[in-house]
Amino acid sequence: MNLEALASCLSSSACAVTQISTALIIGMLLFMVASGLSLIFGVLGVINFAHGAFYMAGAYIAFFTYQATSSFLLAFLAGALGAGLIGVIFERFIISKVYGKDILMQLLVCYAIILIFDDLVKIIAGPEYKMMGMPDVFALPPLEFAGGFVPAYYVFMIVASLLIGAMLWLAIEKTRIGKIIRALAINPQMVGALGINTTLLYAAVFGVGSMLAGIAGSLAAPTRTLTPGMGLSILIESFIVTVIGGMGSIVGALIAALLIGFTRAFGAIGFPLFVDGIMFGMMAVVLIVKPSGLLGREIAR
Amino acid sequence: MTDPFLHVEAADVYYGASQILFGVDLAVEQGQTMALLGRNGAGKSTTFKMIAGLAPPRRGKVALAGQGLAGRPSYRIARAGIGYVPENRQVFPDHTVDDNLIVAAKKGPRGDHHWNRERIYEVFPILASMKDRLAGRLSGGEQQMLTIARTLMGNPAVLLLDEPSEGLAPIIVQAIGELIKTLRGMGVTILLAEQNMHFCLGIATHATVIDKGQIVYRATIDELRHNENIKQRYLAV
Repeated sequence: MNLEALASCLSSSACAVTQISTALIIGMLLFMVASGLSLIFGVLGVINFAHGAFYMAGAYIAFFTYQATSSFLLAFLAGALGAGLIGVIFERFIISKVYGKDILMQLLVCYAIILIFDDLVKIIAGPEYKMMGMPDVFALPPLEFAGGFVPAYYVFMIVASLLIGAMLWLAIEKTRIGKIIRALAINPQMVGALGINTTLLYAAVFGVGSMLAGIAGSLAAPTRTLTPGMGLSILIESFIVTVIGGMGSIVGALIAALLIGFTRAFGAIGFPLFVDGIMFGMMAVVLIVKPSGLLGREIAR
Repeated sequence: MTDPFLHVEAADVYYGASQILFGVDLAVEQGQTMALLGRNGAGKSTTFKMIAGLAPPRRGKVALAGQGLAGRPSYRIARAGIGYVPENRQVFPDHTVDDNLIVAAKKGPRGDHHWNRERIYEVFPILASMKDRLAGRLSGGEQQMLTIARTLMGNPAVLLLDEPSEGLAPIIVQAIGELIKTLRGMGVTILLAEQNMHFCLGIATHATVIDKGQIVYRATIDELRHNENIKQRYLAV
């Protein structure tokens, strides 16, 4: 415990700004990954334990696209769409076979996919760490906020994630397709009887969920080292986020992701040995006090 | 003689190993309001689920306007023109009334779209007055009207109503009956499953009686009205 260090950081605006920006980017990446996880669970009733693999796929696809084209925009799009496409294929040919089956069966299938993806990455990219480096478009001087400095790329990441989250929320709440998807989550048989191709819709929702993981992966690529197995740690934290925020709630995922981001960023200074303990502790408290999560609905399926 | 508009022929349906329907034949012509009558458990709901593709027949045929439907996925059957209104009023409870209708909007089998939200609200004024309310908050009768309205939004060629009077107060049942008569007057083809014979006598044009998974009687509604034997044997409570 080092609460003095925490107090002195909070009293220095430079340190506080740095830690807040760190908290926000951790939070935003978790928000992207967790909202995909939450969407898939909310609509399909499947806990996608392989979700981290799509995050990793997005990061590696962005990495290789950037190497080939030197365009961050193309790298980002390729990472997002590539992960989404892999998600659709995975849903159609693998996970749809275990819908309605024992959750252990789903867990087993997803675990197999995680191992296969990790090995594929080792075969294609090699087992060593990869660094994408900061894209040229973001080689800008850091922005100053209240005496602290924030890299331009961090600002981009935060804004981009919030925009994507807002678009997702609007699409689900306000558009016809979003209304159909919410109905699908409640009563798929009825939705089918109204003339809507539910099989296609399930694949599309899984694709969008995977794409969100791919977006997080490609946004993270310039700031993190890429390794086979990088999907696992973010998966565990995303589960904490979805449990705290409530499965199926995008706003809940945002709030919980920020909570975890701030815990991680400030905990690293104040109680570095107990960060994981605090995160799991918060999850345990939520599970005891409100098992459906802060903003979760009870989902019947 | 041409085939009937909606035609079920010699259909057998099983749930697992147990057979529920035995060679069911059913014929509905355009513009008819056909009552499918029978006691609880006689096979009415299963017949509807079979037509709608939720319980596909193991043997036999289902055809609408000469087009075979059996074995197709339910969404394709709906697009072919079957408008299935399930029992127990399965509204989307967390959607508003308006959103329930929006979800179900589609063109009919021949590209027709007589039914849109404006039209629905004209025919169902009670829904117009509560279109922003959550469907889960409506009364049973209002939910029943909403499920019928929702299915009409898909511009079906045939409307399948599964026990619309079930569990509703007599005055609400009367209102549902008036609504079905209005739809009949508009030329909507209706297949109506009911155990409430008196409800059907007032609104149907034809009747088919099902018992223990087999069709036992078919006639016009007037013939049924005067056939005490059939009423006693299959429909008396």
